[in-house]
Amino acid sequence: MSSMPPARIEAEPRGGAATIGKAVKVVGQIFSREDLYIDGEVEGTVEALEHKLTIGPNGTVRATIKTREVVALGNIQGNVEATEKIEIRKDARLTGDIRTARIIIEDGAYFKGSIDIVKPEPVKGVAAKAQASAPAPQVAAVANAPGAGNASEMKR
Amino acid sequence: MLEPLKEFFRGSRGGQGRGGPPPPAGKAPLNGSAAAATLSVRPSRGLEEFFTQIRDTSGLTILDLGGATQKNVSFITDLGHRLYSEDFLRMLNEAFGADDTVDQTNPGRIEYFLKQTLDYPAGHFDGVLVWDVLEYLNPVLLNAVVERLHHIVRPKAYMLAFFHSDDKQDAVPCYTFRIDQLNSLEIVRQGMRRPAQLYNNRSLEKLLARFESVKFFLTRERLREVIIKV
Repeated sequence: MSSMPPARIEAEPRGGAATIGKAVKVVGQIFSREDLYIDGEVEGTVEALEHKLTIGPNGTVRATIKTREVVALGNIQGNVEATEKIEIRKDARLTGDIRTARIIIEDGAYFKGSIDIVKPEPVKGVAAKAQASAPAPQVAAVANAPGAGNASEMKR
Repeated sequence: MLEPLKEFFRGSRGGQGRGGPPPPAGKAPLNGSAAAATLSVRPSRGLEEFFTQIRDTSGLTILDLGGATQKNVSFITDLGHRLYSEDFLRMLNEAFGADDTVDQTNPGRIEYFLKQTLDYPAGHFDGVLVWDVLEYLNPVLLNAVVERLHHIVRPKAYMLAFFHSDDKQDAVPCYTFRIDQLNSLEIVRQGMRRPAQLYNNRSLEKLLARFESVKFFLTRERLREVIIKV
């Protein structure tokens, strides 16, 4: 990772999100375990698998993005994968292919690329609860319930 | 091929557009961003026909040349299709300038424009929502675009295109089309725009001669809806 001028990560300026300010350029890979706000320039890859990524109005991101949620107000060039949703706001520009469960595009936004809607897989705990409440195959329900991993290991 | 086509295209420059602000000094603004957008809902036989062909099969690849709108994205993806979005008119403005149809004959620019907008493999799409974008292309560029569409859409697939049918207009309303239901559209009028040429059935048939079939629906506001089978 290189930066120009030297990267300055502001501590929780936006409700807990790390920030790359508008005078910062980052080239390389970014892995984030918290929400991330990019208002500067990023080239490479951005991964925040369980978090929200916001591209600010001054942000320019030329990167492959994998995250839980994306809100774009600036410029993105690259493929974007967001497990929950992608919002492309009014003056944003996104060029690339999108894979997500939900997409919101405001009038005035520019988008060029493909959109694949990927329905989220049902949460295992919920599915297990539903199965557990069903009276019939109790053995199967136990095997699929939360903590069933231990149970099945015990069987072995 | 091009010369006889040119004779068919009747690029009237005589009158003024109806139902909208008069174009300044005999020229229509090329994109109507200055005019307030007005919205109306209208039935669309062409859209109904288009969806008849694609609604029972999921997983198709559909190209929308009208730019991304929430309604169209939701509608197409809710049917289980993959949507490609191209803001064709914005790219046209960027490639040729908002008020420039002369340069649309430049081979280098045409190639650049096609690379920017329609650079896809042969037979990539199972349907194309063309809307009204072809109206704003001069014959040379138009032919190149139609040829490229023919190349990137798979045989037997369908395209939906709109053309104004009034041959005495200097400017035509410029719309954003949003899918309301399987058979109706929300049209958001963005202002007036000067078409590069206007069409009658015969000129359209000639233009689209390479396709398997062409079906016309004449609708309100003299907008001709055309279903094209590749």
